[in-house]
Amino acid sequence: MSPIIQLNGIARHFQVGEQRVKALDHIDLTIEQGGYMAVMGPSGSGKSTLLNMIGLLDRPTAGEYLLNGHETTALSDDEQATVRREQIGFVFQFFHLVPRLSARENIELPMLLAGIDPTERHQRANKLLTDYRITDRADHRPDQLSGGQRQRVAIARATVMQPKIILADEPTGNLDRSNGHEVMEIIEQLNREGITLIMVTHDPELGARAHEQIRIVDGQITEHLRR
Amino acid sequence: MTLIDTLHYTLTTFRAHRLRLSLMLLATAIGVASVVILTSLGEGARNYVINEFSSMGSNLIIVFPGKAETTGALPPVVGEAPNDLTIDDAMALKRILGITHIAPINIGSAPIDWRRRERETTIIGGNHALATIQNIELAEGEFLPDIDPRKTSPVAVIGAKIREDLFGNQPALGEWIRIEDYRFRVIGVTRSAGTAMGINRDEIVIIPVASAQQLFNTPSLFRILIHTRNRENIEQVRDDTVAMITKRHDGEEDVTVITQDAVLSAFDRILGALTMTVAGIASVSLLVAGVLIMNVMLISVSQRRGEIGLLKAVGASSRQILWLFISEAALLSLLGGLIGIALGIGVSELLAQLYPTLPIAPPGWVIGAALSICLGSGILFGVLPAKHAARLDPVTALARR
Ligand SMILES: Nc1ncnc2c1ncn2[C@@H]1O[C@H](COP(=O)(O)OP(=O)(O)O)[C@@H](O)[C@H]1O
Ligand SMILES: [Mg+2]
Repeated sequence: MSPIIQLNGIARHFQVGEQRVKALDHIDLTIEQGGYMAVMGPSGSGKSTLLNMIGLLDRPTAGEYLLNGHETTALSDDEQATVRREQIGFVFQFFHLVPRLSARENIELPMLLAGIDPTERHQRANKLLTDYRITDRADHRPDQLSGGQRQRVAIARATVMQPKIILADEPTGNLDRSNGHEVMEIIEQLNREGITLIMVTHDPELGARAHEQIRIVDGQITEHLRR
Repeated sequence: MTLIDTLHYTLTTFRAHRLRLSLMLLATAIGVASVVILTSLGEGARNYVINEFSSMGSNLIIVFPGKAETTGALPPVVGEAPNDLTIDDAMALKRILGITHIAPINIGSAPIDWRRRERETTIIGGNHALATIQNIELAEGEFLPDIDPRKTSPVAVIGAKIREDLFGNQPALGEWIRIEDYRFRVIGVTRSAGTAMGINRDEIVIIPVASAQQLFNTPSLFRILIHTRNRENIEQVRDDTVAMITKRHDGEEDVTVITQDAVLSAFDRILGALTMTVAGIASVSLLVAGVLIMNVMLISVSQRRGEIGLLKAVGASSRQILWLFISEAALLSLLGGLIGIALGIGVSELLAQLYPTLPIAPPGWVIGAALSICLGSGILFGVLPAKHAARLDPVTALARR
């Protein structure tokens, strides 16, 4: 079976004034279907850039990226959008909920873009609201929710299209211990159900729970541990 | 993304920014309303003039003394005429084929009185044929007798309003009224007919043209009105008339002869163009509204960077973002346009009630035109902000919180 994600010599450079920042510098990485990888490393080392690259939010300066064995860098904007919509779910440190929309509307957003009809949207959203115990908050706007509730809404939004991959960029970075714990439970449960999970974290304890850990320093993978 | 979902999503942004929304709606609505109101006024003026000219009578040719300097078909600003236009000129035209009626006309203003009730009014010198040419109908008595127009006669036909002012409930027929130093016997009263060519027909006194010349102490005529047998020969009759009078005036072409059709279409053209011009000027305010929409949309895009980045992360293509923001601008200008049209129609109706003589009403085409210009400018000015939004790099958009 071919790996779900395969990066060969991926580089991402930014031109900042005169300087050329190598956010990613020749990354080779393979992740199997259903895998669970923690990405560790100091701040500014390129972890988010790596995640954005895998999530097709960013295009590499060099190298090739095979998703399910298919080259992605040549895909058009429309095609990449479709891949993001159908196969990838993002969870961010700062939740990134649309402030004027209710919890339910935020969860329905990807289905709205996919053109899924309202009854099905409602059913799917209801199921997730129940699963994540936020049914009573369905019509609340994000500013009326606690951090933990917001992140659960964001996870519901990331999973509502039943993606193959969840990309979580410091998902507990903005939460207290107990809320962080709860969010980790939900995310790891998704992985146990077969979703490939890649998670950026600063917390070595959390990193140790993953099946494999990589450490990035200055855009390069310096360590790769497998359990 | 379906159309309904797009609309619904756009409405949530409106809900979240009510003040911004109402300002943009107001700007658009004012622009559209001013287009509707100004074209209503223009159309009102055009219809007014056309009605006036139509009520002059049909198959009409008008002879003016003096040669118009301009070649247009408008009533000329008449220069000094070397030769007077006379009743004899009018009589001579009888020989032209195709002419059925000829009315030599004089006009002036004079005080009239009956038993010390006095008022100033418009006096028209005419003849028997004038009734036919101008569709004058009588409520009482009869019109001027069919006599030689060179002969004076102390008879008068008075307008409905004059009759009311002078005689009230008392009988008017057979009474003698005084116009300056002359006395005339009332032989007819016209049926109320409103205005034509700026003259209120109910407030005139018609006397034989020779009597009018005597009254105003002039040998010349103000106009000769000619009625032709049919529409087809009207140009031929016109040319013959010019030739005939030129011959009578020692080869000098010193009259201007116009047909009613030409006048009508000239006014129609000019006032139509005026309406379009005014509508064009008003549409500038729509452009202003468009620029405003563009600015506000640009601000909105930069404020909603996070949202745009997120939309892309959850699977929106650049094209979808573009479409989303263009729809927002389009919906905005459409709403503003609808409000503006309602406002414009309302104000037009109010004006129509304030000035009942002007037939003020928005022409049908202006509704469609205003809406499409408005929608067009909304989309046009929405494109730039929408492109900004679509081009936004999702990574940077999400990073900056
Ligand atoms: N859009 C950008 N323009 C310029 N430099 C960038 C941009 N995005 C990231 N970088 C740089 O790339 C490096 C890696 O950033 P990032 O992946 O966000 O690090 P991390 O998530 O590990 O903290 C940093 O030095 C950062 O300054
Ligand atoms: Mg980061």
